[in-house]
Amino acid sequence: MIQEQLEVCVNVEIAKDTFEMKLKGEMEQLVDQPGRFIHIKIGDGSFHMLRRPISIADVDKENHTITLVYKVTGKGTEWLSERVAGDKVDALGPGGQGFEITEVKNEKILVIGGGVGVPPLYHLTKELVENNDVTVILGFQSKEAVFYEKEFNQFGDRVQTLVVTDDGSYGEKGLVTDIASEFSQDSTRYFTCGPLPMLKAVKNQLVEIPGHISLEERMGCGIGACFACVCHSTNESGYVKVCKDGPVFSSNEVIL
Amino acid sequence: MKLNVNLGELSLKNPVMPASGCFGFGKEFSEFYDLNQLGAIVIKAATGEPRYGNETPRVAETAAGMLNAIGLQNPGVDGIIERELPFLESLDTPVIANVAGSTIEEYVMVAEKLSNVSTIEAIELNISCPNVKEGGIQFGTDPEVAQELTKEIKRVSGKPLFVKLSPNVADIVGMAKAVEHAGADGLSMINTLTGMRIDPHTKKPILANGTGGLSGPAIKPVAIRMIHQVRQITDLPIIGMGGITTTEDILEFILAGADAIAVGTANFQDPLVCKNLIDQLPNTLRKYGYESLQEVREARCTQVSI
Ligand SMILES: Cc1cc2nc3c(=O)[nH]c(=O)nc-3n(C[C@H](O)[C@H](O)[C@H](O)COP(=O)(O)OP(=O)(O)OC[C@H]3O[C@@H](n4cnc5c(N)ncnc54)[C@H](O)[C@@H]3O)c2cc1C
Ligand SMILES: Cc1cc2nc3c(=O)[nH]c(=O)nc-3n(C[C@H](O)[C@H](O)[C@H](O)COP(=O)(O)O)c2cc1C
Ligand code: FES
Repeated sequence: MIQEQLEVCVNVEIAKDTFEMKLKGEMEQLVDQPGRFIHIKIGDGSFHMLRRPISIADVDKENHTITLVYKVTGKGTEWLSERVAGDKVDALGPGGQGFEITEVKNEKILVIGGGVGVPPLYHLTKELVENNDVTVILGFQSKEAVFYEKEFNQFGDRVQTLVVTDDGSYGEKGLVTDIASEFSQDSTRYFTCGPLPMLKAVKNQLVEIPGHISLEERMGCGIGACFACVCHSTNESGYVKVCKDGPVFSSNEVIL
Repeated sequence: MKLNVNLGELSLKNPVMPASGCFGFGKEFSEFYDLNQLGAIVIKAATGEPRYGNETPRVAETAAGMLNAIGLQNPGVDGIIERELPFLESLDTPVIANVAGSTIEEYVMVAEKLSNVSTIEAIELNISCPNVKEGGIQFGTDPEVAQELTKEIKRVSGKPLFVKLSPNVADIVGMAKAVEHAGADGLSMINTLTGMRIDPHTKKPILANGTGGLSGPAIKPVAIRMIHQVRQITDLPIIGMGGITTTEDILEFILAGADAIAVGTANFQDPLVCKNLIDQLPNTLRKYGYESLQEVREARCTQVSI
């Protein structure tokens, strides 16, 4: 993990209040698996004491950029949305443990994302498709919140992408779990990231197959020192730290 | 420039240390720099048994600060001695253990165990954690209780004892006098101020615990005032803390009466902050016309009566 001033190359709105940002620097080379995050300082830090964790949505090895997709939900992400090309962003990263997929081969995989849980699953799917068949189910609140459908479709025949919206304004109406049940029989494994109620529902529904869940928790340090981001666990100590042991956990390791 | 300071028996190569609870047990930060550069390291609070702490969310941001309600999560004193202290053993920098508990017996047991470990060079008595409800004993706000606890710890521990005072009291001077009288070798000040935030959407507190401890630059003036007040009545060494992020802040704390300082919340914003402060301190002191830390201490602000 390093601290680096990353240079903003692109920062555009790709859906309602949702931005895609590309950041250039050395850090990209340290991203060894999908699902890790960077911890971003807001402003000069004198007003906002806490960094904001944002998942790495993709890396571009050629141009040395890290892609983030984030939703403006408060002051921190609002500040981020105001950065323009050439600005510098103070980042700590890459943080945590991502999706462990080196052993995952010739499988039928279910990837389930909700809202801003979708971004890390893009990088994941890009890596999974090299050796596996993938069904991607993306859930959003409404049509205007949908992003990255086209990008997922570009992965070719081995990836099938389905979109659902809560209000039915785009794709099928319903929740990701409504669709996931259709595929649970055929799948060998699932990966998921999204809001906690969704993760709980997915975990309860797909008990038969191994699952990998990416969690979110409010963070202090983001490096494992402060115990702000813990989650109950089935391991010996009874807890895991989302920032250091996660954000990705196997489904039977965490108690949601 | 010589930056070394003596806090009674404890000698530090410089006055900068990370504050308890904001630095874990050091391992994470050792990825960023050599911890031997630090004046000392104050490790996370130890309790008798392992503790899970409060439910999440445990942190929330405030203007120039943060609230935390970690709830003293830690692996318990035995777990700390077994699994965390070996890493710190090889360091050439004093390690100060922060001790917490819900009963006098628990405090005494934890302090005694840690005092018997050679890696630990001093004890910091955390009588001021606002996030732990059980026990009901007001260690940090009742001078008599604080006095009794300090006495009991002194009985079992031969290590220098710093009592960490809570700012959540009307009479900080009374608290300082009480623990000095009971044999404290030094004071740490201040711990966090109890605070609260409410989410306008849900109308509920943001922290699962309801309230939490406020830290960061927002509390610096309170720390400066309290250290200044306490310095008028005691010669005990004081480790000052509360919102330190710059070398100018350090200068201000020493002018108020601190001998060394601890950096808490700022470590979250910048994991290299302690190292950078140590590197930059000589320049800042020179900028304000000082040739040594001793000169700053002698220039201490003593005029104001409050
Ligand atoms: C590992 C991880 C990966 C994430 N990846 C993404 C991503 O790819 N895209 C995206 O849009 N969002 C992501 N989030 C959520 C994102 O961190 C929050 O939306 C953001 O911190 C909100 O900050 P704010 O200042 O805009 O909002 P405010 O509500 O003003 O935030 C105030 C405080 O709350 C914290 N906070 C608020 N919401 C969250 C949250 N959901 N999780 C953690 N901390 C929070 C902030 O860090 C800050 O300290 C991720 C969170 C985690 C933990
Ligand atoms: C997340 C967090 C955890 C803390 N845990 C402890 C602790 O275990 N023991 C203790 O004495 N103080 C604890 N503190 C208080 C700090 O050591 C320090 O006194 C306080 O935060 C003020 O300094 P600051 O403004 O530089 O953070 C904690 C503070 C924070 C923010
Ligand atoms: S945010 Fe500090 S331990 Fe995870």
